Amino acid sequence: MIDNGILRVISRFLIPFILLVGLYIQFHGEYSPGGGFQAGVVFAAGWILYVLIYGLERGLNVISLNAMYVLSAVGVLLYAFTGLAGVLLGGKYLDFTPFSANPHTAQQTGIIIVEFGVGLTVATVAMLLFTMFARRRGEWLEALEEEDEGSE
Amino acid sequence: MIVAVTIVRVRDLFAAGMMFAIYSLLSAGLFTVLGAGDVALTEAAVGAGISTILVLAVLTLARRYEHPTGGHNWLALAVVLATGAILIHATLDLPEFGAADNPAQVHVGPFYTENSYSDMGIPNMVAAVLASYRSIDTMGEAFVIFAAALGVFALLSVRPTRDMPGVRKRRPPRRPGKSPEGKRP
Repeated sequence: MIDNGILRVISRFLIPFILLVGLYIQFHGEYSPGGGFQAGVVFAAGWILYVLIYGLERGLNVISLNAMYVLSAVGVLLYAFTGLAGVLLGGKYLDFTPFSANPHTAQQTGIIIVEFGVGLTVATVAMLLFTMFARRRGEWLEALEEEDEGSE
Repeated sequence: MIVAVTIVRVRDLFAAGMMFAIYSLLSAGLFTVLGAGDVALTEAAVGAGISTILVLAVLTLARRYEHPTGGHNWLALAVVLATGAILIHATLDLPEFGAADNPAQVHVGPFYTENSYSDMGIPNMVAAVLASYRSIDTMGEAFVIFAAALGVFALLSVRPTRDMPGVRKRRPPRRPGKSPEGKRP
């Protein structure tokens, strides 16, 4: 769809704003509606729009498939280890109070880290699922083409 | 309601996917009217956005029209009607909507409402409950999402070969007037 000028111009205008809104929902989640889950989805939607316009190959140049695998696991582990850090500092699992002397700061630190982990996982998983489904058709046709060549 | 009936009736899967998006967007509007900003945002982003895109991505692999099934399944209708009747009967026992002495109003709700700001110092109560009071639940959710990715990865990471069942028999559908290369997103 890269040949369509209208789509290209509008998406070029929109994508930065979508990514920005994603980050806003992520890091402003304590003050307004939002949080890691929604932010991750919105962020991934920006990337998917890019893929729809410019093609999967250029989309994977922005973030490679391996990076998606690693980051989706890193997000979950970030969450789990934040909980473990609370234990190491002398609290209960996922208890944020030992992070700081000020209970507000401690809770906010914990929430921001944890939400960032959720956002990271959700964004990369959404991208990953889209990539998996999107490239399947091409692989399928390639397999059929190989078969045609083999039979001739 | 009209949209939901249309989804059930329509045979064109592309149209059904679009109707689902409309349904999600309408629900998001309803949640906004009810004042649940977080839920509305989730519904709009996930329900109307990402799931529609994923449905469309799957549709490039499947046929566009639902396989017609003949006749009516009366047993299924009876089961659905009985379950619906039981559920409606159960709603008669529920306390009145919005009453001050509902369990939803007197159990943990007031504790969160009164204490979340003094405990956390953040104004969005939903974020406070999700990420701190109910932190382990949220971690479970994150793991569920990760597990979903693992499941899809396990199913789709294997490249299709001609020996796999169904690969030869069911060619991916082709849109008229477009080469297969042009279809790749």
